[in-house]
Parts: sequence; structure tokens; C-alpha cells
Amino acid sequence: MASASLLKSSPVLDKSEWVKGQTLRQPSVSVVRCLPNAPSPLTIRAGSYADELVKTAKIVASPGRGILAMDESNATCGKRLASIGLENTEANRQAYRTLLVTAPGLGNYISGAILFEETLYQSTTDGKKIVDVLVEQKIVPGIKVDKGLVPLVGSNNESWCQGLDGLASRTAAYYQQGARFAKWRTVVSIPNGPTELAVKEAAWGLARYAAISQDNGLVPIVEPEILLDGEHGIERTFEVAQKVWAEVFFYLAENNVLFEGILLKPSMVTPGAECKERNTPQQIADYTLKLLQRRIPPAVPGIMASFLSGGQSEVEATLNLNAMNQSSNPWHVSFSYARALQNTCLKTWGGRPENVKAAQEALLIRAKANSLAQLGKYTGEGESEEAKKGMFVKGYVY
Amino acid sequence: MSAYQGKYADELCANAAYIGTPGKGILAADESTGTIGKRLSSINVENVEENRRALRELLFTTPGALQYLSGVILFEETLYQKTHDGKPFVNLLKENGVLPGIKVDKGTVELAGTNGETTTQGLDGLAQRCQKYYEAGARFAKWRAVLKIGPTEPSQLAINENANGLARYAIICQENGLVPIVEPEILVDGPHDILKCADVTERVLAAVYKALNDHHVLLEGTLLKPNMVTPGSEAPKVAPEVIAEHTVRALQRTMPAAVPAVVFLSGGQSEEQATVNLNAMNKYKGKKPWTLSFSFGRALQQSTLKAWGGKKENVQKAQAAFLARAKANSEATLGTYKGDATLGEGASESLHVKDYKY
Repeated sequence: MASASLLKSSPVLDKSEWVKGQTLRQPSVSVVRCLPNAPSPLTIRAGSYADELVKTAKIVASPGRGILAMDESNATCGKRLASIGLENTEANRQAYRTLLVTAPGLGNYISGAILFEETLYQSTTDGKKIVDVLVEQKIVPGIKVDKGLVPLVGSNNESWCQGLDGLASRTAAYYQQGARFAKWRTVVSIPNGPTELAVKEAAWGLARYAAISQDNGLVPIVEPEILLDGEHGIERTFEVAQKVWAEVFFYLAENNVLFEGILLKPSMVTPGAECKERNTPQQIADYTLKLLQRRIPPAVPGIMASFLSGGQSEVEATLNLNAMNQSSNPWHVSFSYARALQNTCLKTWGGRPENVKAAQEALLIRAKANSLAQLGKYTGEGESEEAKKGMFVKGYVY
Repeated sequence: MSAYQGKYADELCANAAYIGTPGKGILAADESTGTIGKRLSSINVENVEENRRALRELLFTTPGALQYLSGVILFEETLYQKTHDGKPFVNLLKENGVLPGIKVDKGTVELAGTNGETTTQGLDGLAQRCQKYYEAGARFAKWRAVLKIGPTEPSQLAINENANGLARYAIICQENGLVPIVEPEILVDGPHDILKCADVTERVLAAVYKALNDHHVLLEGTLLKPNMVTPGSEAPKVAPEVIAEHTVRALQRTMPAAVPAVVFLSGGQSEEQATVNLNAMNKYKGKKPWTLSFSFGRALQQSTLKAWGGKKENVQKAQAAFLARAKANSEATLGTYKGDATLGEGASESLHVKDYKY
């Protein structure tokens, strides 16, 4: 980028010589839109689904509710089932997901559920389509659309997220099936840098995915997860998070994404898992809010700050969310939890039909706690020991 | 470091927040010697130092006006001037709760290879100049970048160059204790409609905030001075509510909540228009986590200037005109302006000058 001092030394050019006979340099994409004779040229955002996207985003961001992330890939779901001694079969995955979505009154605390592809097309054990069950529960179905992380060549052993190929037709098909929002999870690793390349790739991939999703009627959840692994302190996480989010929003803008129709899923600003110095929920809330205030345009509805639990214990995750909601924010600050909602529930079920009711109770307890936290009213009374156990797994792979 | 955390951090945040106090705004009285000359000649007054001093004294000593101002932007000459009984202007302002500010850019120059687009100069030696200004009492600074709308404008080059210049200026100011007002003015000239202006404004502001973030500027210690989103000067007019909606939406999409306030430029709107539009913005129902206020030059001084005409016997009349506009704009920041400010001569006159150069 030219600086003022560079300009001073450039020779004075006769403007007519410069322009004459020179083919107009190829305008950048942002300029091509401004065709001289078009009536009122402007960027097209979100195609024909704009109103619906805005409406859906608002519903998912409704007060006192958040997202249940139940989109574990088959491999990851397998690990969960193994932890309670179950085989990783479709029937078992179906039984588990049925348990979750049929918990009575779940829709009081949950506004959206992210599904894996298999689940989007599955039925419950008594033959009802899972998406239909969710809609009846007043829960918006969502779908994971990325195709996982792979090594990023030329980086410092970092990853990038695949899934753009054919994304337009896949999202269109998911919309047909009943999904109304999408999720794409990319990661950034602090111990590995992160390198400029990895950050740009993560941000650009998210921006392309978001634009394509909106074009096909799905509200994109934008999720650049900053991994918990590492010995770094909270200041370093804060620094990296600011860089990542600046990059993400700039590219979202360049891709003409409609901000009023997206949801965000940032990781909270915390110290690395192996950092000796720990921080209180209040400190985590302060850092995270500061990050959001510095980087998130108010047009994003309820920031939807849907938070990853990223290995925190169920109770820790709830406490942190509660601390963030002690004063009003320009965006809805809520949760998007997987393990922080499912952990105790899974253990309580243990794969036995006679435990289903108790397991669903456990799920509702966590969902209600987080609902209260969203309203800033969580008190932490009556929490079980299981709920307080940390769930961090080093080098965690979804 | 992620954002400026040096010795002035707290002071910058406090001053920026103060400038955004609801009910107050900024008087832009930083016309360069050349520009103020044009104003003075329009009322047949000679462009000499004494007249420039007299005009500014008239404004700053208007009884009851300073309560509506949180800041005044000064030109370098004015920063060191005094009232006729020897009181430095900066002291007069400070005693009345008004922060002195200083224009620090050195004007625009053309960008080679573009269709008359410009960049703003002034980075050389800026750090030393800011230190000097801080010692003289200034607590905020201003730098005006200019962009225009045309068939192929603004070009990506112009956007990048001006955003980068603003970011460099901003961090240098912060390091030296001055709150930077970030001003990416998109000129109103042209036949384009309001949607076009909105589109360009959003793209420019996205680039500006990206640059500020890349340069580690402390957003809580800055202010934004943007154009309102309006149709071009040659396009049909729209209602203030429409301007309010498009402007607020553009800011919602680009301006992080960490920035405490927006101080709009008037860009050639008449005094009354500028006030009415600002009022509409503050009445508009939508998310506005920042204060919406004013930083007006022409839109605060036009009728005052006409009433004065350079004559001592007109000072009272001129001050009355200034007070009326200051009060009206104060009400506009609260959304309570009723459109009843005594319309001084020229209050409804458009102040648009094609291809305006400061």
C-alpha cells in the first residue's frame, strides 16, 4: 500500500498520457458491480431468501434459548457411544438422537439443533422424521455442511476446512429436507502460530461458505474455533481472536454476506488448557465481551454469540455464559453446546431403555441452566458433581 | 499487542466517550487559511489574522453556546490565538467543558492513474506535531480522507490508500495522547441514488475498520466522522427518515460497538437539513450502541457568518444565530428537535459546492 512519502517522490504524470491508449486495468470484483448504465447497481446479498434468513436468525437468537449441537460425525459419535460401552451402529446413533430430540419441553430452552447429515434424513425409533419432531418442539433444524479439517500445505502443521465443492447443491438439498441453518467449523491453533496463511484461509473459507448458504436459504453459523490446546495465557488468546475476527468480518463483507442473516459461534476468550494461570468466569466474560464489542458489527442479530464449550466442564460453561449476560449487549449472547449439554445425559442413559427418562431429565436440567444463564439469572444451586468435571481432551479431534 | 495499551489509553477512552455525551457535539472550526478566506470573502471581509481571530472569538464567546459542545476542532493558527483581552482560546474552551481539537492533515493530492481520486497527506513528522499540539492543550485530532462516487469510483486503490492513511494517522495520534477522529468522507456529488451511497459507504467503512484493526488502533479511543447516507446532489431528495434508516443500517453493518460515538459531517447540507437528518437518526428505532452526534462546520456557522458581516455592531445578532443552531443540534442528538430553531438568514440554504475542496 502506497504511503504518503512514496507518493511525494513519484514523478508528476501528465494525466492525459497516462489514460490514453492504456486499456482500463481490470477492475476488481467490487468495482465490476458498478456498471455505468445499470439503474441502481448494488451488491446482491442473500438472493431471494433475505427476509426468511433474517427471521430464522432472530428465532434462533430468542431470549432464554440457545443451540443444542448434536452434529457429531459418525466417528465422533462412535467415541461417545464407546464411552458408555455401546457399539457404533446406526441403530445406536438413532436411539441416542431420538432420546435427545424427544425430551419433553426441550423447545423451552433450545431454539435450534445442529444435525449431522445422517440424522437430517433419519427417523426416530418410532418412525417419525427427526426434523418433524424438532419443528414440533419449536426447534429449528440445522445441518453441519463442512467436510472436515485437512492439513494446510505451506503452513506450520495447521489445518484448513474443506467443503466448498458442490456446496450450493448440497445446501439446496438440505433446505428441501427441512434444514434452515448451517454450520461450518474451521480451527485456528495458537501453539502453531497461527500463521497469516492459516488465518486468511480460515476466514476466506467461512466467508465463501456463508455466502453460498445464504444463497440457498440457510442461515450460516460462522465458527472459527480458536483451539483450547496450549500453554498460552488469556492475553494471547485475546490478541489472536481479535486478528481472526477482523479477518473474518472483512471477508464476509467482501463476499456480500447479509449480516442480519448470520449467527456467530466464537470460542470464549480463555487461557490455553495447559496454562498455569487460570481466570475467573468474570474475567473470561470481560475479555470475551471486549472482543465482541471491538469486532462484531451490531447488525449481527443477537450475536448469537453461540459459545463452544471447548472442553470446559458443563458448569464452567454455564457460569461463563451467565457472566456475559449481566449487562445488556447489542446482540443476543447465547450458547451452542454439545458436550456441555450432553455429557451427564449420555452417562445417565448408558444405553439402557429404562434410563431414557432420567437421561432426558439430565439434558433438560443442563438446558434449563443455560437458558437461565442466557438471561443472566443462573445461580448454580443444585449442580451435580458430574456436571463439574472438566471435559478437555488434549489434541481433540471432532 | 492487539490494540494500543500505552500511557494514554485510559485518557483516550475517557475523552472519546466525553465527546459522545448525548446533548453535545463538535463545532468544526478548523477551516484552513485558504478556506476561511473564501468564507470571509463571501461576506466581504478581508482575510487577515485579526479577522480570522475575531470570527472564532465571536463563536467561542457566544453566551450559553458552549454547553452544547463537547469539542471544537481548530486549525493550527487558532490553537495559539487568544481573545481580545488576552485569554488563550484553549483555556476558554477547557474552562467551559469543551475539548480543543486540531486538524492535523495536510490536504489531499491526486492519486496517479485514477480519475481524479485523492489521498490525504500529513504523516511525515506527525508524531512530533501531535506531541506539540498535546502540550498546547489539544486532546483530539482530525484527518479528512475524501472519496467520490462515479461509474468506476471509488476504486479499490483509493479505498485502500485512504483507509491505510487513516489508520496510520490514528495510531500515531493515540501514541501521543490525541483521540483521532476518523473521517472517510464520501462526497455527495453525483446523480446516484441512496442505495448506491449506502453500498459505497458500507464498503468504505468495512475497509476503514479492517485497516484500523490491522494497525492496532484502540477503537474505544476513536470517533468516526462519516457522511450521512443520502442520495447524490443531483438525484431526487428523500425524507429524513429514509436517510436515517440507511445511515444507521450502514453503521450497524460496519461499526463495532466499541467505538463510543459517531459525529456526522454535514457535507454541504443546509443548516436545517443537517439538524433534521440528525434528529431523525436519533428517533430511528433500531440497534444503536453508539451515540449519534454532529461535527458540523458550515452547518453551524452559515447564518452566523451572514449575520456578522464582519461588523462589530452585528456580533450579538451573529451570536444569537450561532446559539440557535448549537441548541438545535444538541436537541437533534436527543431526538427532540421540533424544527423550530429561529431560521437565521441562510439556514435553509444548501451549502453544497460541487467537488468541494477544503
